[in-house]
Amino acid sequence: MLWFPALLLLQAVDMPAVGKNPHTTQADIAQGRKLFLGRCAGCHGPGGDGGKGANLATATLSRATDDLSLYRVIRYGIPDTEMPRHLMSEREVWQVAAFVRRLGQVERAALPGDPERGRQLARGKAGCLQCHAIAGEGGHIGPPLTDIGKKRSAAWLRAKLLDAAAEVADEFRTVQLTTRAGQKLSGVRVNEDTWSIQVRDAGGKPHSFWKADVTNLKLDRATLMPSYRGRLSDTELNDIVAYLAGLRGDQ
Amino acid sequence: MKLLIVCLAAVPLFAQVTYERILKSSSEPGNWLTYSGNYAGHRFSPLDQINDRNVQRLRPVWAYQASSLQKFETTPLVIDGIMYISEPPSNVTALDTRTGRPLWKYRRRLPDDLRVCCGQVNRGVAALGDLIYLGTLDGYLVALNAKTGAVHWETKVANYKGGYSITVAPLAVKDKIVIGVAGGEYGVRGLLDAYDAKTGRQAWRFWTIPGPGEPGNETWQGDSWKTGSATTWVTGSYDSETNLIYWGTGNPGPDWNGDVRAGDNLYADCILALDADTGKLKWYFQFTPHDVHDWDATQVPVLFEAEIRGAKRKLVAFPNRNAFYYVLDRTTGQFILGKPYAKQTWAKGLDDSGKPMRVPGTFPTMEGVKVWPAVAGANNWYSPSYSPRTSLLYVAVREAGSTYYIGDAEFKEGERFDGGGFRDVPGEEEYGAVRAFNPATGEMKWEHRLFSPPWAGVLSTAGNLVFHGTHEGQFYALDATTGKPLWRYQAGGAAYSNPISFLSDGKQYVAMTMGNSLYVFGLE
Repeated sequence: MLWFPALLLLQAVDMPAVGKNPHTTQADIAQGRKLFLGRCAGCHGPGGDGGKGANLATATLSRATDDLSLYRVIRYGIPDTEMPRHLMSEREVWQVAAFVRRLGQVERAALPGDPERGRQLARGKAGCLQCHAIAGEGGHIGPPLTDIGKKRSAAWLRAKLLDAAAEVADEFRTVQLTTRAGQKLSGVRVNEDTWSIQVRDAGGKPHSFWKADVTNLKLDRATLMPSYRGRLSDTELNDIVAYLAGLRGDQ
Repeated sequence: MKLLIVCLAAVPLFAQVTYERILKSSSEPGNWLTYSGNYAGHRFSPLDQINDRNVQRLRPVWAYQASSLQKFETTPLVIDGIMYISEPPSNVTALDTRTGRPLWKYRRRLPDDLRVCCGQVNRGVAALGDLIYLGTLDGYLVALNAKTGAVHWETKVANYKGGYSITVAPLAVKDKIVIGVAGGEYGVRGLLDAYDAKTGRQAWRFWTIPGPGEPGNETWQGDSWKTGSATTWVTGSYDSETNLIYWGTGNPGPDWNGDVRAGDNLYADCILALDADTGKLKWYFQFTPHDVHDWDATQVPVLFEAEIRGAKRKLVAFPNRNAFYYVLDRTTGQFILGKPYAKQTWAKGLDDSGKPMRVPGTFPTMEGVKVWPAVAGANNWYSPSYSPRTSLLYVAVREAGSTYYIGDAEFKEGERFDGGGFRDVPGEEEYGAVRAFNPATGEMKWEHRLFSPPWAGVLSTAGNLVFHGTHEGQFYALDATTGKPLWRYQAGGAAYSNPISFLSDGKQYVAMTMGNSLYVFGLE
């Protein structure tokens, strides 16, 4: 019967009767880990320290400050983000929640880099701000980094800097096209439908085309971001990662 | 003078919708009297004022905005200049087809603890006599006065607290109203009911899961038949010659955990052929025995005639959610042919009796298993269309896969009972298409590719046109013979229903809900 996966109303009957997680035994956490590896690790990483999904291995989760809000996020997702709803029984949701809380209790080593030097590198040698905005300053080709430290773990940021092409989100896919009139354009796809496509160029300017007026349309998962392997020293990489991981949208 | 008065009295302003009128609906193409336009499930309009030569001049004439932001899934009915639509959650509005202005509204007060899996939706009303019929999310069938919207009677079909709801447009057949239920994610026992159209008294009930001692009950392990779902949430078809109602049934419950219901699970994922007078089962055909992917066979059965191996046969076409296209003999249920019409990875093919030969390792797991088609299927509840003019079957197709998970399956009455879940396949390029098939062979004639998998059905017309709506908000027309796009309009919201066509003051219009509005289009 279920026919529309993306949308589900919050139903009073589908919310748990208790506000505190009743499934927190070692066996529950073990079962929660199994469920997590199947359903969550693809985005959050097997250790929960982030990937496409948020870093969950932190002491506090801003969207899930108490048990019930964590339940709600797992069960119903977060609107307008990549976090989908998950069809699991009440007990299963609680078991995943118990495992996620456990992730935040693991002691993490401090990051080795110097965030202040990273801040300067991002504006200088690394050139991050040519394409990314941080708190209103910078370019608009790539995603804003203002609160990237909340969304991505240090390990994920390091991997992305070393291999930028590894994972490109749908809303930052690159386009190269030629129009019937001979105009050539490359940029980032911001929207598309059966008959038209919308592209943002390197200067941040939006363009819109009817596909009937386009002779050559190449949509890629390639990224415009360079890989920093060999461009930055290990120390510089540590500094930038320390800086980015500390960006939490509050400065 | 006396004679004249008698004549006037015999021709009321509101002509009665008789069974004979619905049966001969093609002789009054200005009206849309039943969900699919006719009993055969064709969703074909014999009107041709709007056609492949002038469709460029099609423009919106009026729009009506629903008051709810729930998905607007209604198929309107049009009867003698008045349009009857259902609105989410369980409401009805009568509209003047010339101006788009409401003539009356029925607004139902609903309890706040409804059990619905996928939105508070409704797919349309039925009409018979001078009554309009609506199924409600709290499990009632309501008969409304077509002139005023006043409640004539209402009768309880099923208990919403037990997980039942009603979203389907009822079907008026002879003197009865046939209505099904939803609730396939709540472990209900499926049923299809018929009620006396005048009084609301139950005429018959068919349980879609046989009880103990009845044939088919042995296809359920233990007591699992009690919670096996097999709901009936999409309107079926009817053939007056066989006097059979053809109706599809939904997934077995729990959806993704088949371990607790070993067996074929009859009559889940079936097409049922029931005697219209008694509700007795004449034949059935099960598309997906022991389904573990939620592939409800709740598509509109399309009735057509064609020559098969030299003999003319009465057939039913069924482009199933499981990505196979089926043709059956509709008198006997005999399997004629079946073949994939979209990407699928779960079956090596169908055997001579039409049973799928499963690929091992495609059942849901804890880790997740990738299978095509997606949980929403290669097709879903929205309507196909058959044009007797082109002899083609038009289907809106979804090309996508899912990752399927198994999970807990503990039954508690009135609570979700789905036994797992699903996710998109990461990095996969999904798309959609409208495809035209030779219904007798399943051979594809043309395809119009879409950016994303659609959630709307198709209408074909005698004007050599196919109308459809996209998920990105375009309502558009294709050449019915070639598939060439001829016209489109950006209506600003995703399409979640099926188009219809009708006459108002002798002029042809096409109607479709897009986003939360109903649009009516006419020639400029």
